[in-house]
Amino acid sequence: MKINLLVNTSPHLHKKESVSRIMWMVVFSLIPAGIAGVYIFGLGALQAIILGIAAAVVTEIVLQLATKKKITVFDGSAVLTGLLLAYNLPPNVPFWLPIIGSVFSIAIGKQIFGGLGQNIFNPALVGRVFLMASWPKYMTTFSKPLNYDAITSATPLAILNEGGVLENISYLDLFLGNRGGCIGEVCILALIIGAVFLLIRGYISWHIPVSYIATTGLFVYLFGAKVFFTGDWLFHLLSGGLILGAFFMATDYVTSPLTAKGQIVFGIGCGLLTAVIRLWGGYPEGVSYAILIMNAATPIIDRYTKPRIYGS
Amino acid sequence: MKSLIKEFSKGITVLNPTFGLVLGLCPTLAVSTSLFNALGMGVAATFVLVFSNLIISALRNFIPARIRLPAYIVIIATFVTLCELMIKAYLPGLSVSLGIFIPLIVVNCIIMARAEAFASKNPILPSIFDGLGMGFGFTLGISIIAFIRELLGTASIAGFSLLKSKELILVMSLAPGALLTMGLLIALSRLIGITKR
Repeated sequence: MKINLLVNTSPHLHKKESVSRIMWMVVFSLIPAGIAGVYIFGLGALQAIILGIAAAVVTEIVLQLATKKKITVFDGSAVLTGLLLAYNLPPNVPFWLPIIGSVFSIAIGKQIFGGLGQNIFNPALVGRVFLMASWPKYMTTFSKPLNYDAITSATPLAILNEGGVLENISYLDLFLGNRGGCIGEVCILALIIGAVFLLIRGYISWHIPVSYIATTGLFVYLFGAKVFFTGDWLFHLLSGGLILGAFFMATDYVTSPLTAKGQIVFGIGCGLLTAVIRLWGGYPEGVSYAILIMNAATPIIDRYTKPRIYGS
Repeated sequence: MKSLIKEFSKGITVLNPTFGLVLGLCPTLAVSTSLFNALGMGVAATFVLVFSNLIISALRNFIPARIRLPAYIVIIATFVTLCELMIKAYLPGLSVSLGIFIPLIVVNCIIMARAEAFASKNPILPSIFDGLGMGFGFTLGISIIAFIRELLGTASIAGFSLLKSKELILVMSLAPGALLTMGLLIALSRLIGITKR
């Protein structure tokens, strides 16, 4: 099953890539983060990942059979959605949580709009936000890293949000993933390995991730502390789901703008919203909401960043 | 008689206020948390619709065109006030749970739309049937949404609890649940051809 979708504005150049190849490459690039997540949080994380993927694939097959459409499950997009959803869950969630999340992601986030390429919002984030609104208790209970006795601990951002003081956590801990958090977001090193692979192979462009991360960093640096220009920007870049979101979810072809200019606007919007939610919002983390809101703005961004026709 | 039945049934199917015309969303989204509230809201709106249609239709040749909207609002507000006082007197529980949304029926766009689009142009009898049909369609629409939301959000039907479990889909009781349910139901009603595409 190969669909060749155009994901850019003219001029076009033919290349031997297909949607399914790109999807599988993104899945492949996410594997290091998954291994790190399972190592840090134990087998509960692995169970969530497997159930998330399985539920996404089964839902896609069932819905496509029911609507008598071609089964496109081998294009990897359902696997990617399930995987990303699981990466956005805390470890040690009840087994049904990733299943319900994946079913909702695929059914409501994607197939109801007509399948891959038609969805307005990133399906994995739709699933995550649905779970977050429905079962906040499970979605905000994080287990302690490198400790398999199901002891809970708050995420660094949650501690800050409640006005607490962070102790004993170094930038190196944050970089390697020795902190409470969602399965796929904690190990920045593993995420960056995958992201560099995607960037080098050209599957994602730098515009969204760089503008997203830079905007968040700059905004936190400016306003993150009581005095201007003293915010702990490095901490904010390394904690929460920013790296996972910026490289792997904001760059989703379907739900992000087409042109480079539009992508930079999109990234800046995501960055501003993330920083504002983190600093002043009720939730400790704002990446998923920021990306979803900017997904909604993507058609407008596309309209105003339409490239000028040559000669006009 | 046939045409009267047509006026009645169009409000339930093709011109269903909730799924076809997509009007009156404010009460639809706000009150559809439980079946009991939804039915109460539906009956109240139907009462107002029928009587405001009746009076507006009867006065349609006397109301000057340039001030027709204020005139409609005065008529509608009269019946809403009647309705509000009756609910307060006989169903105090419902009055508490519906709160501000009963007085807000005055500005319910279904009632304004039917006054403007139908009652001001048609004789009394068809207007009554139009009001009945629209009111019934609205009650049906809001009740279906409320039934689904109550079932999924709190596992109960019209206040009767079905499960002891507390692990329910909380979002269905919140605002996004109303929007989700309504969106899916509109899509479904267009898919099976009850309302127009």
